[in-house]
Amino acid sequence: MSSIPDNLSYTKEHEWVAGLDDGDEIVVGITAFAAEALGDVVFVQLPEAGAEVSVGEPCGEVESTKSVSDIYAPVTGTITEVNQVVSDDPSLVNTDPFGDGWLFKIRVEADADDLLSAAEYAKLTESES
Amino acid sequence: MSRPTPLREVHESLGATLTDFAGWLMPLRYGSESAEHRAVREAAGLFDLSHMGEIFVTGPQAGAALDHALVGHISAVAVGRARYTMICAPDGGVLDDLIVYRLAEEEYLVVANAGNYLMVARELTERARDLDALVEDRSDRYALIAVQGPRAQEILGTLTDADLPGLKYYAGLPATVSGRSALIARTGYTGEDGFELFVAAEDAAPLWADLAKAGEGYGLKPAGLSARDTLRLEAGMPLYGNELSTALTPYEAGLGRVVKLDKPGDFVGRAALAECAGIPVTRRLVGLIAKGRRVPRHGYAVVRQADGVIVGEVTSGAPSPSLGRPIAMAYVEAASAGEELAVDIRGGHEPVEVIDLPFYKRS
Repeated sequence: MSSIPDNLSYTKEHEWVAGLDDGDEIVVGITAFAAEALGDVVFVQLPEAGAEVSVGEPCGEVESTKSVSDIYAPVTGTITEVNQVVSDDPSLVNTDPFGDGWLFKIRVEADADDLLSAAEYAKLTESES
Repeated sequence: MSRPTPLREVHESLGATLTDFAGWLMPLRYGSESAEHRAVREAAGLFDLSHMGEIFVTGPQAGAALDHALVGHISAVAVGRARYTMICAPDGGVLDDLIVYRLAEEEYLVVANAGNYLMVARELTERARDLDALVEDRSDRYALIAVQGPRAQEILGTLTDADLPGLKYYAGLPATVSGRSALIARTGYTGEDGFELFVAAEDAAPLWADLAKAGEGYGLKPAGLSARDTLRLEAGMPLYGNELSTALTPYEAGLGRVVKLDKPGDFVGRAALAECAGIPVTRRLVGLIAKGRRVPRHGYAVVRQADGVIVGEVTSGAPSPSLGRPIAMAYVEAASAGEELAVDIRGGHEPVEVIDLPFYKRS
């Protein structure tokens, strides 16, 4: 059973969002559940700082041994920072998905209504595993 | 509902991610598939290959039956040796690729792919009908465990008195391993030295445990199908359903050497294959090494960089743990030789280097 930290919000596309209550900048990554399902991540293509992204739209991709998956913007806003470290060492997505494996930060520009709580996300992963 | 192998509980106890493969519930990986891949290249890996089919052909005309049914000259294989061969349709299309072991003067073991072995057993039965040979599918009674990698011989050597140094590549030897009967074959699908052990289904779990224990000091790791796929891809070995299919003859797959047109007697597909034999192929199977980090995958188009015209298709692709770059096999038009090529990866044309297979050769 992979961990699902209580203090984060989640999307149906298996991303996590941190900092929603702290201000207008959030941190985004992919969940341990998703990282385990993907297998070894070998490449992450991230949006560029300054790019405007729209909720639900693809803004990057994750390549693993077996597959390639889109990264979706969990909210509408502007990319303020991307994790250069994970870009250079994509295995951080597997080894520390909720920590050093974070992907990018977004300055939120619209309400983030559709995000899931940890409990709601746990239910989603149970139905998919 | 996928069928489990006799080692399912072992895989579950190791925390494997299980996946359906050709109707079988197989271990995809136990942990990091890249680490499993590297273990096989640097030390050794332990594989469950019990999804493969074991078909026995016995009797006075067993060799003649296989000469007629397959494209190779099987009756010429010496007892104790093995041959890589194919079974073709009358039109020359490849029905499956096989390894045939000659176990005795009148006894052969045909190892077929998981997705094809029922069909292969049916075809062999049909093709042997008028000959004094018995075709028997014993896949359910057998498990197949492979130990692959540079340390494989040392590890297996701790569990058997069999003459492993004397066992040649593509040879098989009936022996006792850890007190259990096994056919030890020096074959594999990883590009490394290694062994495949055919054992009774009920012996699989205890033998796996003994091998795992014997390999502890040697860096042996259990390895799943994901590592098996990247290992065989680096070694340039074809996978049925990707590089081989009924739509291609062995010649078109670049494997015309397995077709023995000059063996005595007729064989299924001979007339069609004889016609192909002299004709230059229009497409060839090549290796691609991506210059970027995006991965060319099965089904992606290969294009000419200059004008974007499609000149081929990727059959298998993956990030290569040994090269640290994405690699692929692809059929490309022979006329495109020397041109700068790219792969269409989700709309973007990613440049690739074209090489002759394989990507990896053991030193």
